[in-house]
Amino acid sequence: MSSIPKTLRYSKTHEWVRKEDDGYTIGITDHAQSMLGDLVYIELPELEGHYENGQECAVVESVKAAADVYCPIAGEVFEINEAIIDNPQLVNEDPYGKGWLFKVRTFDGDMKDLLKPDEYTQQVASEAH
Amino acid sequence: MIIFEHSRKNRSARAQQPSESVENFDLPASMLRQDKPLLPEVSEMDAVRHYTRLSRKNFSIDTHFYPLGSCTMKYNPRGINRISQFHGFLGHHPLSLDENSQGFMVCAYELQEIIKAVTGMHSVSLTPMAGAQGELAGVAMIRAYHQERGDTARDEILVPDAAHGTNPASAVQCGFKVREIPSNAEGDVDLAALKAAVGPRTAGIMLTNPSTLGVFDRNIQEIAKTVHQAGGLLYYDGANLNAILGKVRPGDMGFDVIHLNLHKTFATPHGGGGPGCGPVAASARVAPYLPVPMVAKLGEHYHWLTQKECPRSIGRLSTFMGNAGIILRAHMYARLLGREGLKRVSEYATLNANYLLARLKAAGFTPAYPTRLATHEFIITLKSEAKTLHINALDVAKRLLDYGFHAPTMYFPLLVPECLLIEPTETESKETLDAFADAMIQILKEAETQPELLKKAPHTLPVKRLDEVKAARELDLVYKPKNHAASNSDAPMESPLLHASDGG
Amino acid sequence: MPFIPHTEEDVHAMLATIGAASIEDLFAEIPKELRQVDLSAVPAGISEMELFRLMHDRAKLNNSLRCFIGAGAYEHHIPGAVWEVATRGEFMTAYTPYQAEASQGSLQLMYEFQTMMASLMGLDVSNASLYDGASGLAEALLMAMRLVHGKSGQSTEPVILLPKALHPHYREVARAIVGTHAVKLVEVDYDAKTGRTTIPHLEKAAPEAHILVIPQPNFFGVLEDVDALTDWAKQKKMLVIGVVNPLAMALLKPPGQWGKTGADLACGEGQPLGIPLSCGGPYYGFLCCKQEYIRQMPGRIVGRTKDLDGKEGFVLTLQAREQHIRRAKATSNICTNQGLMVIASTIHMSLLGPNGLRKVAMVAHNRAKALLDLLRTVPGVELVFSAPYFHEFVLRLPRSVESVLQDLIKRHIQGGYNLQPAYPELGECLLVCATETKQQNDLEAYLKALKEVLS
Repeated sequence: MSSIPKTLRYSKTHEWVRKEDDGYTIGITDHAQSMLGDLVYIELPELEGHYENGQECAVVESVKAAADVYCPIAGEVFEINEAIIDNPQLVNEDPYGKGWLFKVRTFDGDMKDLLKPDEYTQQVASEAH
Repeated sequence: MIIFEHSRKNRSARAQQPSESVENFDLPASMLRQDKPLLPEVSEMDAVRHYTRLSRKNFSIDTHFYPLGSCTMKYNPRGINRISQFHGFLGHHPLSLDENSQGFMVCAYELQEIIKAVTGMHSVSLTPMAGAQGELAGVAMIRAYHQERGDTARDEILVPDAAHGTNPASAVQCGFKVREIPSNAEGDVDLAALKAAVGPRTAGIMLTNPSTLGVFDRNIQEIAKTVHQAGGLLYYDGANLNAILGKVRPGDMGFDVIHLNLHKTFATPHGGGGPGCGPVAASARVAPYLPVPMVAKLGEHYHWLTQKECPRSIGRLSTFMGNAGIILRAHMYARLLGREGLKRVSEYATLNANYLLARLKAAGFTPAYPTRLATHEFIITLKSEAKTLHINALDVAKRLLDYGFHAPTMYFPLLVPECLLIEPTETESKETLDAFADAMIQILKEAETQPELLKKAPHTLPVKRLDEVKAARELDLVYKPKNHAASNSDAPMESPLLHASDGG
Repeated sequence: MPFIPHTEEDVHAMLATIGAASIEDLFAEIPKELRQVDLSAVPAGISEMELFRLMHDRAKLNNSLRCFIGAGAYEHHIPGAVWEVATRGEFMTAYTPYQAEASQGSLQLMYEFQTMMASLMGLDVSNASLYDGASGLAEALLMAMRLVHGKSGQSTEPVILLPKALHPHYREVARAIVGTHAVKLVEVDYDAKTGRTTIPHLEKAAPEAHILVIPQPNFFGVLEDVDALTDWAKQKKMLVIGVVNPLAMALLKPPGQWGKTGADLACGEGQPLGIPLSCGGPYYGFLCCKQEYIRQMPGRIVGRTKDLDGKEGFVLTLQAREQHIRRAKATSNICTNQGLMVIASTIHMSLLGPNGLRKVAMVAHNRAKALLDLLRTVPGVELVFSAPYFHEFVLRLPRSVESVLQDLIKRHIQGGYNLQPAYPELGECLLVCATETKQQNDLEAYLKALKEVLS
């Protein structure tokens, strides 16, 4: 059973978003990390890079897969989580906490197009074989 | 032990070095290397023993049944290997004049003609060095065809979701966008989805038939019509040709350009991952774009066709003419089998696959497409065993190694969960197939009573299950001896002049 | 029936288990009209004995004679042990090592190969081979393009400088494979006197470029000033790719030591290390790079790790970059490589060792020099380029090279490679190579024949 915190919002492509005072923190969900398996490498977005909604901005790599991370909220990246570069397993162990990926400052976006926790729960359930 | 651990300073296979001295060496010292590269310094006996021992850690067709789906691990004829080492072939320079190279060229020409006949295509180029390069050539030819006609809006290649990864990778390499078409529950391409996807942007579709799902797509003629009507071309991935060799021809199915995998269908040795050979063949309208060089015949004389004679060719893909030695081997295989033998390949490959499928079905395994006949291969899915017994395809595969069988292809195609793609090939006997089926049955029993045997398998090989995560997280890709400073060693090279009078 | 073990009883028993009446019934799902195949154009099968005879006769037609052709494929002594061991069934008929536990032999060997190649190139890492030298360069160019694009996220077309002194077939293949991408391939002229690619030529060809390819030796056998070229490129923040003869790297400064910073990538044709000429293939391409670029490296890579018991073992690693996982976004479409050739080459390098390979390179060069000294005594024969060379050189002849080569063949000499078609500006020029396999009597035979032909 993957964990889906009620305080966050989600994208269809398994990213989570948390509203902060200075912007939004983004990561990949518990479901995503368990599907990928032990992560071995993370390619984070460029600092000060501008990404559109749904644009590929990062890659998370495990032994059996390399998955694109799609930016769930259009904006400018102002912080990346350096800790996971040398310790990618943080994303597996604590995907919503220490395993965050990057933070964006948005131009005009907000969370209204994102999935609510119960909507995301439904999506995960429908994807299961 | 790693070979470098056997090294002793200045030890070498002296007899293998030229014996003359090298005094008065005239290249300026500033151009010479000052350090010693990290190469083994061992005797000939050490090297032979080390590599012979390493070889004995491998599974191979010569030692084990190797039912890898889509790989066609059939017997690699030893007589062919022997002949390919005749000095006339082995010692021959690729840039020798044509009149000096007729022996190789007649063989290459004959293979071109045989491939034309068994595939029903107009022309053949033998130069691509593997299936993936053949695909690259084929897709590039499709691109050239449309561009020459001014049809530049066609930027999409359609690929079934079950396709081998090289298909979309090759399409992207040629600058195309890839559009996936789903397969239906029976394993055929979803015709409705295909019809919705074709249009003025369709450059072509990449298919294999039988598909990677191990079944023959019965709608192939309808698929061909649909794509052709939309103005696209059909590309055939010949990886599964063993299923239909001599029985069905891709040209008759409507394909415009195809590639073959000689290292699969034509029994050339797999060599631990290569070399392969991926000839590409085309219909008349796409033939002008074939890669060069190709062999042509004038009277009784053979000569090379290059870019000069084929100005619309997509160009050269190899320094010389591709994997010539593999071309020679495949040619010999085709001559040994002849027309009756080539047909027998697909007949007995299909017989063996259906027999093994029947035995596994009877034992309770679940075929992925239970209503379909097997072609030269079939898929079983361990989805329900995964739920009830908590073992998966990987566990079964690893346990098979303990039973002395190389595992079938696992987790490909990606569509079928917990799958094993099994291809016995025509060169295996009924006893071998029975032994394999019996091993699978035994393993299933173990899964119920002693699942640890599977989970921790293999137990009897030179190593136990390997930590792939560690390998990817802590990259160790080159050996670093403790007293050697990585790649730029401090250990100086002996000056060449010191050995002026030395025999070695 | 060659290689098919089934007896009639076997077939009956198997059909009974399947529940089919005949083998033909197993093809029932295939539309009948597709199953009408006429194979009369294919010859009937022959026995192995007949095949031996046929191929024996054909091998004789391929006259090897005395061969002084180089031009990208070189004749060297290969110890008998190399192919005796490499063609063991366990090596030759093994598959790609996807089941690592059942392939430790191949995997460990590839790890050793990677170590040897990386060190020979003076760089940090190597892959486990590509198809051949020319397509290997194409992959190196694609890799360099990815690196250049990644650096500044730049959207302008990368500009690649390709010396004309680079093998003409390598340039053709680069155009065929890389040309389908958004890129500008710029050819750079060479100095007519020295045969080298110089900085003024580079500056003239493209004031702004991103990638420089440096051949060493170049196609003419001439040795480039690799330090000056590398420093020039690095000062302009370009990526440098060395295309080298790996045997020569046992003797000469390798790409990782060029200039102040070293080249970034090194690639080339592995054939001189234990692979016979064999009509042009199979050979293998090698590709090495600095550590920081490893994730953009195409092809298979082997890594060392541990098993469940803590024992050392080897696996394919970084596979997520490859086609079977990443599919459309893979670093390359390559799947099969040149595994068997790598096995042979690794054994060859182990037998010769660093000293042996260096000796081979030196003796080969001395042979070429001795041949050059002899041939220059023939009136009308001139050495074209003045720069230092390695085991190969260019001669200008007083007559059509094509006709000279025909006449030399009649005297059992394959004189070299005619440069006129690829380099018409050079006139009647011949590329001649001699390696350690040529003895004094071979050189004298060439001299005698050439004298006769040109008299």
